[in-house]
Order: sequence, then C-alpha cells, then structure tokens
Amino acid sequence: MGFEGIGASVRRKEDHRFLSGNGNYTDDINRPGQLYAVIRRADRPHARLLSIDTAAAAAASGVIAVYTGADMQADGIGGVPCGWQIHNKDGSPMAEPPHPVLATGKVRHVGDPVAVVIASSKQEAKNAAELLSIDYDDLPAIASVRDAVAPGAPLVHDDVANNVCFDWHIGDKAIVDAAFAQAAHVVELDLTNNRLVPNALETRSAIGDFDRSSGEFTLYTTSQNPHVIRLLMGAFVLHIPEHKLRVVAPDVGGGFGSKIFHYAEEAIVTWAAGKLHRPVKWTCDRSEAFMSDAHGRDCYSKAAMAVDAQGKFLALRVSTLSNMGAYLSTFAPAVPTYLSATLLAGVYTTPAIYAEVKAVFTHTVPVDAYRGAGRPEATYILERLVDVIAHDTGLDRLAIRRLNFIPKDAFPYQTPVALNYDSGDYEATLKAALAAANWDGFPARRRAAAARGKLRGIGMSTYVEACGIAPSKLVGQLGARAGLYEVANIRVHPTGSVTVFTGTHSHGQGHETTFAQLVSDQLGVPVDMVDVVHGDTSKIPFGMGTYGSRSLAVGGSAMVKAMDKVIAKGKKIAAHLMEASVEDIEFKDGRFSVAGTDKSKALAEISLAAYVPHNYPIEELEPGLDETAFYDPKNFTFPGGCHICEVEIDRDTGTVSVVNMVAADDVGRVINPMIVEGQVQGGLAQGIGQALMENAVYDSEAQLVTGSFMDYQMPRAHDFPPMITSTETTLCTHNPLGSKGVGETGAIGCPPSVINAVVDALRDYNVRHLDMPATPQKIWSLIQANQPRMAAE
Amino acid sequence: MPQVSLTVNGRSHTAEVEGRTLLVELLREGMGLTGTHVGCDTSQCGACVVHIDGESVKSCSILAIQANGCAVTTIEGIAEADGTLHPMQAMFREHHALQCGFCTPGMVMSAIDLVQMHPEGLTEDEIRHGLEGNLCRCTGYHNIVKAIAAAWPIMHGKELPLAAE
Repeated sequence: MGFEGIGASVRRKEDHRFLSGNGNYTDDINRPGQLYAVIRRADRPHARLLSIDTAAAAAASGVIAVYTGADMQADGIGGVPCGWQIHNKDGSPMAEPPHPVLATGKVRHVGDPVAVVIASSKQEAKNAAELLSIDYDDLPAIASVRDAVAPGAPLVHDDVANNVCFDWHIGDKAIVDAAFAQAAHVVELDLTNNRLVPNALETRSAIGDFDRSSGEFTLYTTSQNPHVIRLLMGAFVLHIPEHKLRVVAPDVGGGFGSKIFHYAEEAIVTWAAGKLHRPVKWTCDRSEAFMSDAHGRDCYSKAAMAVDAQGKFLALRVSTLSNMGAYLSTFAPAVPTYLSATLLAGVYTTPAIYAEVKAVFTHTVPVDAYRGAGRPEATYILERLVDVIAHDTGLDRLAIRRLNFIPKDAFPYQTPVALNYDSGDYEATLKAALAAANWDGFPARRRAAAARGKLRGIGMSTYVEACGIAPSKLVGQLGARAGLYEVANIRVHPTGSVTVFTGTHSHGQGHETTFAQLVSDQLGVPVDMVDVVHGDTSKIPFGMGTYGSRSLAVGGSAMVKAMDKVIAKGKKIAAHLMEASVEDIEFKDGRFSVAGTDKSKALAEISLAAYVPHNYPIEELEPGLDETAFYDPKNFTFPGGCHICEVEIDRDTGTVSVVNMVAADDVGRVINPMIVEGQVQGGLAQGIGQALMENAVYDSEAQLVTGSFMDYQMPRAHDFPPMITSTETTLCTHNPLGSKGVGETGAIGCPPSVINAVVDALRDYNVRHLDMPATPQKIWSLIQANQPRMAAE
Repeated sequence: MPQVSLTVNGRSHTAEVEGRTLLVELLREGMGLTGTHVGCDTSQCGACVVHIDGESVKSCSILAIQANGCAVTTIEGIAEADGTLHPMQAMFREHHALQCGFCTPGMVMSAIDLVQMHPEGLTEDEIRHGLEGNLCRCTGYHNIVKAIAAAWPIMHGKELPLAAE
C-alpha cells in the first residue's frame, strides 16, 4: 500500500464497476411485477384544462390505470413544496402559489404534467398516453422576465400580481446612492445570464414500490439528496411518515443541481405504487427532460459601479429580474438572493453594495440551482463590469483588479452584503494564472494570429464563491426550511475494516474514494478496507445531500468528528488492554500506543476487543466501535481564484475557438488532486458551454424551441483545448479539514473570462459587451455592423 | 413476433422481439445487460455504443432484428474472463476519464473502435473529432482524450507516433 491519505491521487474505487458495466443506476433497477408509467404533458404553455377524456387510454392494451390531477386531489395529495422562503422588502413573505403534482385547472408551461398512464409495458403506456383526449382553452403566455413584468402581461398565477414572486433587497441603498453622487466615473452595464438546461447524461428516473406486509413505501430515484426527498415528499405531498418511507438513490449519472429538487414524478410513482400494490417505474426521455428538469440561470441585471479617478470601486448597484419559471422549485428562491447577491463584493473591497432582486413567474419550466447556483450570475456581473470599467475609463483591467483586491492580510473580511470571508489570497491565484497563461506574451500571439487573419483575445476573471452550505441557524434566519448540517456514521467492523455511512451523495464526484482517503488518513486503514455507503435512507442515519460543493467541507467534517469519537473510545479500550491510563494512550498510523513505551495495539485489535468484549471495561464502556456525528458548519467556505481564457475568432464565420483555458483556484485543502483537477475541468467545460454555445430558447409564445440535443448545443470534445489547472491553497479556518469545495468553481469563474476574451478579440470592432452565448451568428453580425478601428498596434 | 438470433459477448441468444424493438432495448431489458445506457432519444449522445461485428454502432439507432446473425459486444464483454480490464478501461481509470460513469460505457466502446481504426497513430485533434458522437457532461473530455492516447500504445503494442505539427 502506497500513501493513500490526504493529498494522494488515489485511483477511484468506484471506477471498476462503472467501467465494466456494473453501475447500478435507477433505470437499471427492475422490481418484480413492475408496471411502467408514462406522463402526458402539456404541449402548450398556458391554457385552461377544460376536460381530460381518459376512456380510450384506460381501455387500451396493457393499461392498468390512468390518473389525473383530480384523482390526486381526491386522495388529498399535497402540492410540490418549496424549501426556501424569501421575504419582500416590506417584510411580507414571497408569493407561494400551489404547485400541483399533476396539473389541475390550468397548465402553466410546456411540459407541465397533466396525466399519467400506467401499463404493463412502457410501449403500451406510451401508446395509451397518446389516446388521452385533452381539451384546452389556450391563454396568452410569457417566457422572458422582462415580458413577465410588463404592464398587462398575462398572469401565470391569478393571485400573483404582476407575476412577481418576491421583491427583495440587500445592502444599504442610502450609502450607495451617496457614493454614486461623489464618483469620478459611473459605469453601467445591462446583461443577461442565459438560460441553461443541466443535461446530466442520465435522465431522471423513479420507481415507487410498496411492501404490503410492512406497509413501507420505497422510492428509487435519481437524487442528489435522498433524505431531503423523503422529508419533502413524505411530509408535504404524500403524508407518509419517515419510518414508512425509504428513499434510495443508487448510482446517479450526473446531477449538476438538477437532481437536488423534489419532482412531481417521484410522488406520482410512489403514490401509484401504493394504490396499485405494484412497483411503478418511470424513466424520462431526453426530450421530456428538456421540458421537465429544472433549468438554470435566466436572469437579467442592470449593474452600475461608482469608481474614483484612480479606479478604486466606491459602490455597486445591481438590480436583477430572475426567472422562477411557472412554479417554485425546491431551492429556487435562494438562488438569485442569498446564493448570488451576497457574492457581489466578489474579491474586491467595494465598501458599499445595494442589490435588489425581483423574482418573477413565467410560463416556462421551473428554474433552480444549476452548477454554481447564483454565484456564476454574481461573478458574471462583476467580472464583465470590471472589464467594461477598463473599457470605459481606459484603465488597465489587470491593474484595476489588483487595486481593488481584498488583500491577503485582511481576512477575516466582512463584506457589505452579509458574508464574512475566512481566508483567501487572490494575488496568489492571479499570479499563478498569469504565469500559466503567459499573459505577458499575449500581444505577440495576437499579432501572429492577425497575420493568419484571425482575431485573438484574452480575458480573465478573478472570483470568489461560497460553498459548504451552511450554518443551520443562519440559513434558518435567511428562509431555509431545513437545517444544513451533515451526518456521518463510522462503523469499524470487528476485524478492522470500516464502513462510512454519509448523508451526502456522489453523482460523479468520487466520494467513495475521497472519503476512504479521509479514513485512511485519520484511522490508518487502507483505502481498500474502507467502503463508503450513501444514497439509502434505511442505512444512513440522516443527511442533507450533495449540492453547493458541501460534501467534503460539511460531510467530510462530520466524518472527522465521528472518527475523533472512534479514536477517543478506542483509547479507553486500549488503556484497559494495555493496563495504562487513558491520558497516556496515543493514536497514530492506525495504532494505539502507550506513550514512552513500546507497547501498542492495532486498530483491528481494539475493534475486535470492542465486539468480543471478553477482556473489556464493560462496566464503564459499551461494546462496539461505531460512532455517529452531526456536524453543523460555522460559516460558508470561500473558494476563489483566477481563470484566464484565450480565444481566436474567425472573422469570416464569427466562430470562436478557445485556444487556451487556465484555472488557478484556491479550494482549500486538497484530498485527492486528481479528482480536484477533474472537477475543475468539468466545471470549465460547462462554463465554456454557457459562454459560447448553450442556450435554452423559448419563442415569443413560450414554446420551448431547444427541446433536444439536436437544437440545444452541448459541448463536445473538439470544442475544447487542453485545460491547464492548478491550485494555490489557503485553508478554510473553521472546519477541521481546511477544505473549501471544488465542484462548482469552474462553472463560476469561467464564463466571464470567455466573454472578456471574446470582447478583447473584437476590440477593433467597437464592441463593449455581448451577451452569452457568443455564437458565431452573434459575432459575425457584430463584425459586419462595426467598421474596424484602425489599430495602432 | 419476429425472432432474432445473435451472439452477445460470445454467447448465443435467441429472442422474440417486436419489430420496433431497438437493439439497446433488447440488450438492457431483454438480456439484463444494463451497462449499455440510454442518454437521449435523438442518437446524439453515444451512451449506447456497442460493437457489432467489431465496429462501433449506436444501439439506439438500429432495430434488434437488424442485428440478426451478428456478433455484438457490450461494455460487459471487453474485460478478460478473470476480470482484468481492457487497456482502454484501465487507462480510463488511470487517467480519471470518468466521473459519474454514465457516458463511460459508450465512450469506452467508441474509443476502442477509434484506436483500432487508426493503427497509423492518432493526434489529439483526431481523438477529439473521433469522439464527436459521444457526449460527456462531467469531465470536459480532457482526461478522456489523455486516456485514449495512453491506450493506443498498449493496444497496438508500439509507441504512439508523434504527431507531425
């Protein structure tokens, strides 16, 4: 066994099963006697449901049942709940209209589920679903946030005036206004953060099962957080107490946020299984996923920075319209507010910030957290604004950033928008990125590209984000309807192998390896002797799941705490066995030893004594070596860094090629550098995807235009250059690992670096800003519309 | 219902299928070979790639009856009998070329075919274009490209020729 502890690039334990076709994803599971559900969805964005004729479908071959919203209502089934309540500027709570599991009264977006057909085979269910005759009365619809708040806009929910879900703010408006009045420059920028479809490669799937002998329901589902699904679905939708509801999330094929939320289909199959006393399976088609998975981003912001003559930021003002879609998804209200506006200080010392967010309903799929969740939106606003400040004032974009950086000796740093950064060194990541990107050599590369007829540009973004969500008391004050601690159970078996039970969930992040490394490091047990179990509420005490890059910072910290308990108990057993005082027992590299002697015992000897307690302090100590810890974080963690992108544009076609992508990140202590690199690369790919290709488009009548991989441009291998990544570490000061989180950094820091590079490449064409995605058509049009300045270069 | 006879991972199978049954449905639902995945419904993602008579094919894009008489190899059939991974599988693990694992079976099957089709060598650019039919949402492809370049010399028993720039 080589070194397998913290800092080793241990090859992943989970890979063998994935590589040999032995993964166990939800759709791979089949239960005896299983039926198949197919959901008929609205094909129009807004309509009154006049009638649903189910007779022909119900009579079709193989059909067991057809259910509509009325059937669920008759059973007293609740609506899909929202997990976060935001308050308006005036202190009143946000509008929270009902979100029926199956539509009742009206449909409100293309893809809104209207009825479910359950049959003996998927084909029979599909055939029968087409026989449903649904009579609609079409109503006008809106898809964009600006259309939604226009006077006289059609209402998504009759009792939500102007489609405004909430009108929220943070910061001190008066101080900001005063600073703007004194500023040498006021630089304004309006920008749109494009709507994205998460598109995990595994589509969602759910199987409901009911055990007639125990009365227990089981839901197998593609989820990032099975305990949260149990809580939301059990308590609010189906009214099943926790002890009668088991939720299993087996291998999950990517999530990126989209599998955090409780979805209607999970409730449909569980409820139907209880009615039919048969397992019911539903697996989403990709085109169905496009209109039923929560989308990401989709907001429009007006930003302005007050700047002094030297380029120092005096105050920032941001006003955002954020799209919630037709209904509130689980975390949606938190995304543009506490996960975004609170990040508007960025890495800068801006002393005064005021942000307001109007969240609006539209006739579109619900919008919720997608990789980065709010922080990419904040970073995009800030990092585009900094480059536009440079453009408008003639100051250097690198110099402005450095002038405004929070210096490394200023931590802990209190921002004007609530967050308190514990640690960071933005100059260190900037320097590393500048060197890796050969920033100083860019002018020569630009000239060389020009000689080949290409437009070359370079852009950077320096960012900070907030992970490790989060202290329960704090998020409770901010409107979360749950605690956000994490739970770990460390079970040392009699012969010394270890099982870790964690409330987090891996859907690609390699937790089975990283967490085994924590055990190897702390308990001295080889990685091969450690198994990590997640994704089953019947095995794991409790948990809040995986999102917001919280699994290591919060879940890993719970493991450290549980292992501390294992060691403390082990010391007592060791003291008894070696006839020493507990204070004299030391634990290191998997052995308990008596200080100053050569007496020692391995962890396996101690665990055997704990489970076979023949010679054991049985009067004072319970047998067994199995400890559980709940860890509630003290603060968010704050990863940060610098991303630099270099692009070449073909002037004839407007096509952008990313020729270099550099990321230097501070993610705190790194457990497995190989996995960290992989997380950054994947995040960068989604960032480049957002900046150059991806866009969920609704037409003016709220029809989803980009409804498949044929229309929605997913990044492919030849869209990317090799990526250069590195880490510069400052430790998180408030968790035992010093780790901050890495899952989202790429998607957060990257997009503005790409757009900054594109705008830089177009500097001779008088381009100040362009919205994502920077498609060839958009760039070609800009090139055609703007005469090149005569470059003095 | 029509009958289809085919060899899958070296074993003969005969099954009755509906005319419209796709090969991937026969593999997953008829034979329990769930390593082959379905990630889309427009033949865009490549999660379902298998080999038919040695060549990579998206198993969602052909009917089961079209595979009658063919030898099909799936991800379950490429490791050695003792469980030793195929060089492509081994290099995917070594280079961290998979995260959630969902695209991985199709990606590995495409990659094996790509390397076999290019005994003369493969440049990074050719590998990237060779993966045009496979989507991965997790990795950014960086490590997949590395893994394929690393598998080439093992599969061909010689060093990968340096690409002429």
